[in-house]
Amino acid sequence: MVCVSCVPETTSKINFTNNNTEFDSSQVQYVINPNDEFGLTRAVWFKENDGAEIDVISVGLENTDQILRKALAIGADRGYRINQEPTDSYQVAKLLSNHISKHNYDLVIAGRESIDYNGGMVPGIIAEILHFNYVTNCVDLKINENKAKIKREIEGGIETLSCKLPLIIGAQKGLVEESDLKIPNMRGIMQARSKPFEIIEDNTVETKTNTISFSKPDNHKEIKLLSPDNLDELIDLLHNEAKVI
Amino acid sequence: MSILVYIESNENEIKKSSFELLSYAKELSKKLSLEVIALVINCSNILTLQEFGPDKILSINQTKLNLFNAQNYAELISNVSKSTGAKNIIISDSVNCKYLASLLSVKINAAFISNVVSIPSSISPFIVKRSTFSNKAFCDIKINSDIKILSISKNSFGVNKNKSEPIIENIENDFIESGIIFESVELSSGSVRIEDADIVVSAGRGMKGPENWNIIEDLAKTLNAATACSKPVSDLGWRPHSEHVGQTGKPVSTNLYIAIGISGAIQHLAGVSSSKVKVVINTDPEAPFFKVADYGIVGDAFDVVPKLNEKLKVFQAENN
Ligand SMILES: Cc1cc2nc3c(=O)[nH]c(=O)nc-3n(C[C@H](O)[C@H](O)[C@H](O)COP(=O)(O)OP(=O)(O)OC[C@H]3O[C@@H](n4cnc5c(N)ncnc54)[C@H](O)[C@@H]3O)c2cc1C
Ligand SMILES: Nc1ncnc2c1ncn2[C@@H]1O[C@H](COP(=O)(O)O)[C@@H](O)[C@H]1O
Repeated sequence: MVCVSCVPETTSKINFTNNNTEFDSSQVQYVINPNDEFGLTRAVWFKENDGAEIDVISVGLENTDQILRKALAIGADRGYRINQEPTDSYQVAKLLSNHISKHNYDLVIAGRESIDYNGGMVPGIIAEILHFNYVTNCVDLKINENKAKIKREIEGGIETLSCKLPLIIGAQKGLVEESDLKIPNMRGIMQARSKPFEIIEDNTVETKTNTISFSKPDNHKEIKLLSPDNLDELIDLLHNEAKVI
Repeated sequence: MSILVYIESNENEIKKSSFELLSYAKELSKKLSLEVIALVINCSNILTLQEFGPDKILSINQTKLNLFNAQNYAELISNVSKSTGAKNIIISDSVNCKYLASLLSVKINAAFISNVVSIPSSISPFIVKRSTFSNKAFCDIKINSDIKILSISKNSFGVNKNKSEPIIENIENDFIESGIIFESVELSSGSVRIEDADIVVSAGRGMKGPENWNIIEDLAKTLNAATACSKPVSDLGWRPHSEHVGQTGKPVSTNLYIAIGISGAIQHLAGVSSSKVKVVINTDPEAPFFKVADYGIVGDAFDVVPKLNEKLKVFQAENN
């Protein structure tokens, strides 16, 4: 199973409405969270090479359907949307766990983090609720029988870990490369239309937090431009004004 | 009741980022009237912590904990938070801390808030600011659960000295072994890590090719800085993926970020903008990075960078 989060496209202007309590989604295009797309592509390889079946799932309202359709066009077999507006990681993780516990997944792939909330929490919470093994910052994954070998990016290097399935991973670039990402073709898009797609009503609501308002960083002060012939001044400013060297 | 700070280490050395966590906890402890407990795993130099005000240091030495394992570490912190009655747990925003915190939050039924950038603006209800949308915005979060885990964004609070005379206790811990087995590790040799560096020297496609990175590395060496790069540079294979910074790479929140031949695309800026001081070197005065930087030089990297390096060496020789 691949968990996908529906996020504003990376070049989106981030603005808020309703007295800074809501994200302004007008003129924003939504995409599959980039880390999830790396994970989905890896899943498609499991399908192509090992005959895996792929479910793709998202917690969200109707506007999420487009990214699930895209995931189906890329190669997932079944789509699920849990029909609730995501409010916090715990709520999302709980809803996803409810679904996972009813199916017999060997592998759950989520992203290292979503680029909108940046929590990096959902997959770990699921793992702990369901007692799955969990590895995040995953840059390579091989599965043999019921054993997984995983490479994880750590500070200053890469470690190799192994564990038994079931496993949940947090995917990131490296698991597959940018150039491996698939743009859905016409055939895929047509096929996606006839793939099973289910909307799940689950009214469990367990949140631990609420977002009460948003703000934007202060506008930046003026830049000091220096001549390439005056690098001594730059060094002086870094030393005496900014005090960083 | 107490505030528990998990002190991270690297090869049995306490990480510098821990001092900021302790400073944060100390400030929070004034608001909550609670004591600050530091939890240290397999470190010898624990006395360095007393400069930053902990009331108590819990020190654990166990070979089983030599290697980081998120499950084992989460279990240990869970045990300690239960035995100390800690309702507020302060951790760093490193990849390991976020990894273990998601597990820990379920074990102790806590809310976990990552990327926290300031002291709570209110205690009851508990409201804290975190960065979101890849640093393009902040949000105020109200925490409804009694137990809270806060991961603090690096360099967002700062370090305050506050000498104390902590009680030091050695503790033991029993846990069920995690199902994740360590096989091996490959460390990238010698270089300073982006995550720990005070200065990051970053370069982009303006460098034309990997063969030109020697001037970047020389500058980084002089400054004792980590090297980083833009996404296309790592996609092209000029530099390793581990150097890719930005919205889809590593976040950088350092004291000084020097961007060389990087245009400043929104996805790049999102990941690096929380760095304190930004310097841009670019031939194109219209490059978007100039709009967000503190100091800029419109000029050719191949000319400016080696000159800057030489001048820095002279400066360092004079100032040391
Ligand atoms: C979904 C998505 C996610 C992305 N995530 C990231 C991310 O996380 N991080 C990231 O970096 N990018 C990311 N990008 C890519 C981003 O949009 C830009 O394409 C990228 O940052 C540009 O890299 P660059 O500045 O090195 O190259 P360019 O944009 O080609 O800029 C090169 C710069 O070098 C300057 N230059 C040329 N010659 C010289 C010289 N001799 N001396 C000095 N300057 C010179 C030029 O004036 C120019 O400004 C993402 C894109 C997408 C679509
Ligand atoms: N609403 C959602 N629906 C499905 N999966 C999600 C959702 N939100 C987050 N995830 C998954 O959890 C990962 C981490 O998200 P986060 O904890 O928000 O950073 C994402 O990369 C997704 O794989």
